[in-house]
Amino acid sequence: MSSVPVIEFRGVGLTYPGPPPVPAFLPADLVVSGGEYVTITGPSGSGKSTFLNIAGLIDAPTRGHYLLDGVDTTGLPDSERAGLRGRRIGFVFQSFHLLPHRSALENVALAMVYTGVRRRERAARAREALVRVGLGHRIDALPTRLSGGERQRVAIARALVARPSLLLCDEPTGNLDTATAASVLALLDDLHKDGMTLVVITHDTSVAARGSRTLTIRDGRLTEPPGRDTPTAVLRTAADRTGA
Amino acid sequence: MTPPGRGARRAGRRRKGRGRRPDRAAVSRFAPRDLLSEAVAGILQRPARSALTALGTVLGIGAFVAVLGLTATTSSQIDGRFNALTATEVTVEDVGASDGSAIGVSFPEDAAARIERLNGVSHAGVYWPVSLPEGDSVRASPVGATVGEEETQVAAAGPGVLRAAQPTLKEGRLFDAYHEREAVPVAVVGSGMAARLGITTLESRPVVFIGDRPFTVIGIMGDVRRKADLLLSVVVPATIAAQEWGEPGTGTPARMLNSTRLGAAAQVADQAPLALDPAHPERFKAVPPPDPKALRDTVGSDLNQLFLLLAVVCLVIGAVGIANTTLVAVLERTGEIGLRRTLGARGRHITSQFLAESAALGALGGLVGTALGTLTVVAVAMARQWTPVVHPATLLAAPLIGLVTGLLAGGYPAWRASRIEPAEALRR
Repeated sequence: MSSVPVIEFRGVGLTYPGPPPVPAFLPADLVVSGGEYVTITGPSGSGKSTFLNIAGLIDAPTRGHYLLDGVDTTGLPDSERAGLRGRRIGFVFQSFHLLPHRSALENVALAMVYTGVRRRERAARAREALVRVGLGHRIDALPTRLSGGERQRVAIARALVARPSLLLCDEPTGNLDTATAASVLALLDDLHKDGMTLVVITHDTSVAARGSRTLTIRDGRLTEPPGRDTPTAVLRTAADRTGA
Repeated sequence: MTPPGRGARRAGRRRKGRGRRPDRAAVSRFAPRDLLSEAVAGILQRPARSALTALGTVLGIGAFVAVLGLTATTSSQIDGRFNALTATEVTVEDVGASDGSAIGVSFPEDAAARIERLNGVSHAGVYWPVSLPEGDSVRASPVGATVGEEETQVAAAGPGVLRAAQPTLKEGRLFDAYHEREAVPVAVVGSGMAARLGITTLESRPVVFIGDRPFTVIGIMGDVRRKADLLLSVVVPATIAAQEWGEPGTGTPARMLNSTRLGAAAQVADQAPLALDPAHPERFKAVPPPDPKALRDTVGSDLNQLFLLLAVVCLVIGAVGIANTTLVAVLERTGEIGLRRTLGARGRHITSQFLAESAALGALGGLVGTALGTLTVVAVAMARQWTPVVHPATLLAAPLIGLVTGLLAGGYPAWRASRIEPAEALRR
């Protein structure tokens, strides 16, 4: 299974239909193998969010093939895309997106509603995930009673509880102060050590530096700075390929 | 793991084709029970707002149940008043005499006998108010003043009429077929009339003079259950009335009063004209007792429709309220919608969740409204000392109507919710 990359882009690009057509993400090849910790940086409006939406199966690319865990997602019906999204990808957002009127446990259990996990399993798994992120003592707390760091931990627990093969984090520390950000990043490091595949999108260079690999997006073009050793990754832009 | 070369990777792509398909079990799903609990959670997370939203439905459904219940209650009261006495009375009018298509009286001599032969008839008889010649009046003695200031009415009646009227005799007896056949000058009077005539007892064989003709009073009626005006008249056999003062005129046509057994009235009314004169049944108009159902409907329909219209208006306002609140909730919960989509929800799951929420709100409003409406009916019935009646179908339909209202109201907002792009929603 480890030989199959978690993310494989084959000439994946996204152009929003016009008029005029907006090339939001230029065709690129990318392979992210299981267990990698990839950080993606770039200025605002460079296409980071577009990359996240494509990788997270929220937006479908307009060209190329995106293989998630070896499954070609091109042309999949909506039900299967949604199923893949719910089961194989865990999302962590800058603004947490916790439901304010539900306890931490209920928020985490929500991630199993659409993936066919039996109801009686959910509480136990949600509890387990909360313990995993160090919130075993705040299981029944409402998000409004939690600190920012704790909220992000609940969100990470929610992302983990479906046992995804990929954790997609969008500015996970953007709303946190330095101390809590450090603890959340330490948690991500932990998860990486346990073998979780992480893709973290950030504009914070200190966050970006924690990844084992850092990619850059600028004007919709995904590039990997040369010189860093990337043992399992192959990255070229389509433009490079046509030039070669 | 070693990085595959470019050529090897291309070969791998060809070998793998376009990759594996996900297994069927991996599709996104949303179990009905989850749908229900998500909807309930959605309603309970803002209880005050939900309650206010449901208020319109509560009022609409409450008015609906109350109107139908109160109507059912009042018409059951009408049923109660509609007793056995009125249900067994058939009068036959002589329309031939009054419209002039027939000369004289349409009723044959043996009218009572003909009707009494019909199945279900208890008593039958012809009666008419006698119009006395000018100067003639009712007096207690051969000479002297008339009784009271007003002229006393004289009624000619067959013996069957008296029996159909079901009198309670204070004294004496009613006249019968013999008096009728032989045209015996006898009279029966009501107790009030007897007092005015100065008759206190029948021991003295009292006599009343109608014109110059004496009539022996043979009975004093305390009360009658039908045709109360008999109590205000001096009732004499029809035959002697016809001999003395002639047949009934066109101004005061004869009628028949028939009492029937319970349930036979409609049929008797149907058959009576033919039995009286097979050649000219059109000369008679038999009036059966009013159909209780028809009676109930006429009472019910007028006011009812107005109130039901009001209930519908309330319901529409309720639906607009639900639609409005759900739309606001959809906009408010855009982030939640985006999140649910990342957790594997499809657009239709989002639709069904919001639909379920608005339907549950409507059903809740319907249930509360049904309860309030029923309480209103019971309270009104208690105040009037009636028996509260609510049709079971009303109680079953009311919450369902609430549910459908909620479902319809939630349609547009739920559709809007499913159209929200998750990428767009997550940016919030």
